[in-house]
Amino acid sequence: MSNSTRGISYEEPLSFERSRPGRRGVDLPPLDVPEVDAAALLGEALRTEPAILPELSEMDVVRHFTRLSTWNAAVDLGLYPLGSCTMKYNPKLNEQVARFPGLALAHPHAPAEDVQGLLELMFKLEKQLATVSGMARVSLQPAAGAQGELAGVMMIRAYHESRGDTRRRKVLIPDSAHGTNPASAALNGYDVVAVPSGDDGLLHPEAVEAVMTDEVAALMVTNPNTLGLFETHIARICEIVHSGGGMVYGDGANLNALLGLSRPGDMGIDVMHFNLHKTFSTPHGGGGPGAGPVGVVDALVPFLPVPIVERTEAGKYRWDEDRPQTIGRLHGNHGNVGMMVRAYAYILSLGADGLRRSAEMAVLNANYLLARLSEHYHVPFPGTVMHECVLSDRGLADTGITTLDVAKRLIDHGYHPPTIYFPLIVPGALMIEPTESEDMEGLDRFADTMIEIAREAHDDPEALRAAPQRTRLTRLDETRAARKPILRWLPPDDS
Amino acid sequence: MGDYDIRNDLRYSAEDEWVRSETKGVTIGISDYAQQQLGDVVFVELPEVGRLLEKGEPLGVIESVKTVADLYAPVSGEVLEVNPALAETPEAVNDDCYGEGWMLVLSVADPSEVEGLLDRAGYLQHIKDREDQGT
Repeated sequence: MSNSTRGISYEEPLSFERSRPGRRGVDLPPLDVPEVDAAALLGEALRTEPAILPELSEMDVVRHFTRLSTWNAAVDLGLYPLGSCTMKYNPKLNEQVARFPGLALAHPHAPAEDVQGLLELMFKLEKQLATVSGMARVSLQPAAGAQGELAGVMMIRAYHESRGDTRRRKVLIPDSAHGTNPASAALNGYDVVAVPSGDDGLLHPEAVEAVMTDEVAALMVTNPNTLGLFETHIARICEIVHSGGGMVYGDGANLNALLGLSRPGDMGIDVMHFNLHKTFSTPHGGGGPGAGPVGVVDALVPFLPVPIVERTEAGKYRWDEDRPQTIGRLHGNHGNVGMMVRAYAYILSLGADGLRRSAEMAVLNANYLLARLSEHYHVPFPGTVMHECVLSDRGLADTGITTLDVAKRLIDHGYHPPTIYFPLIVPGALMIEPTESEDMEGLDRFADTMIEIAREAHDDPEALRAAPQRTRLTRLDETRAARKPILRWLPPDDS
Repeated sequence: MGDYDIRNDLRYSAEDEWVRSETKGVTIGISDYAQQQLGDVVFVELPEVGRLLEKGEPLGVIESVKTVADLYAPVSGEVLEVNPALAETPEAVNDDCYGEGWMLVLSVADPSEVEGLLDRAGYLQHIKDREDQGT
């Protein structure tokens, strides 16, 4: 187990449990200004009892959070094959650039003339994303992929309404979609119509044709889809939706497979989001925040969120807020600008050839893992995949071992588990996305571990059911946690 | 094929609900096959009493530690009753899917829809076909 977890593991209670009365992080000097009457200022809003907060020294707080940080799994520690999440390595160059004082310390309300460099960066990042995707314009504002999706569907709705086309109240979504797609449609007041995938895991033109009516506002599609398969009928499907007056939303979650190879805009996609924290290597998960720019074709440009950055004829950059048909503002300021800086650094450091090569390597890595694992795990949809592959526990059925057991055992071997039980159309799914970051030795170590676990399922199933064993805590009772969750700490007296 | 308790006195939908004919209407739950596939059920969302359902319409959601699945109306009708105990004890769906784990009672608009559901042999064949299909 060359990649296993060993060594010091720090126990750490809740900060509330570390609390001791009177302990402080800072000592304030005696009051040397006139005291004000808080009750007179605040009236009824004045709190009558102190808030229940932990009392801690500075070192208590530093140790608390530093110890918690040692429990993290992170791509800086090892392979993080979480399917459809593109947990690629985040180059440290991006972090260095994002800390340049002129970028990091810019105030969101600074006048445009004082932050010309940052505006230029945002303008150019927009052009880069538009070039990569085949979209006309891009708003950098959405703070995450799901917000980009919400904005995209809002623009589709605004587009139909602007044309007086108010009958459209349905959105078509394949049964392999991410759950955020139906959520974005529902938040916009649309009814969701699920479109079944074919036996080959792909969306077929006939299935879309069967449900396409003049009540359909849009189709939301992910390409490659969550099975890691390229939707080969995408151009024909977009034609069908367009000829019925609908728009096509492209979920950019899996864009990493396409960089420099093919463009959603050329396939017929009208609006899409990008996950900078997936495809463009900005931090992801606990390292966030995310960033979910949304790109559109010409017909939807008037509806983009405001403000957007424009270049004047004099070569200066300015905020454009005067856009009468805009869906409005999505963020108090300008989105997660630090993520834009990192993505811009990533795109410039790789260049066009590097971006294409990253997609090619991501696809090669996924297919290499699939080839090595397909003799040991059931493959529900055989064939060549794009950037991720989906296995299932079906071949282990006679051992009683499930996908959950395999995932837990991987933790013993020092791996963050892949995405499990998704996509929903594959029972017991294991969805593995190695990304381009891993070298062949790393892929082989992971494949060897997966093969060993498959062997263990037959030879020593109890070891798998008891996993993980090499962790601070062993198997958690997820059922009880879901049925009887304890959601907040209470002082011992009240609990 | 796995070992599933599929009963003779019930009818089944292709979406794995069971249907029991009673004087007031039909009682509906999910089959032993469905509860085994879902694993430990942690939450069941059921419709409001009085709602009118079309056959095939999503009527609720069942959440397990592994996944979330929609429930579909196996026949058309009005919701007469829902099982109030499932809010506190969703595990009844796993422990006793044909008894304490019942979900709702529907009035039946068209009795032929009940007749059109699968019988035990038909439902077992349906499970086998799906398992053979491999997805």
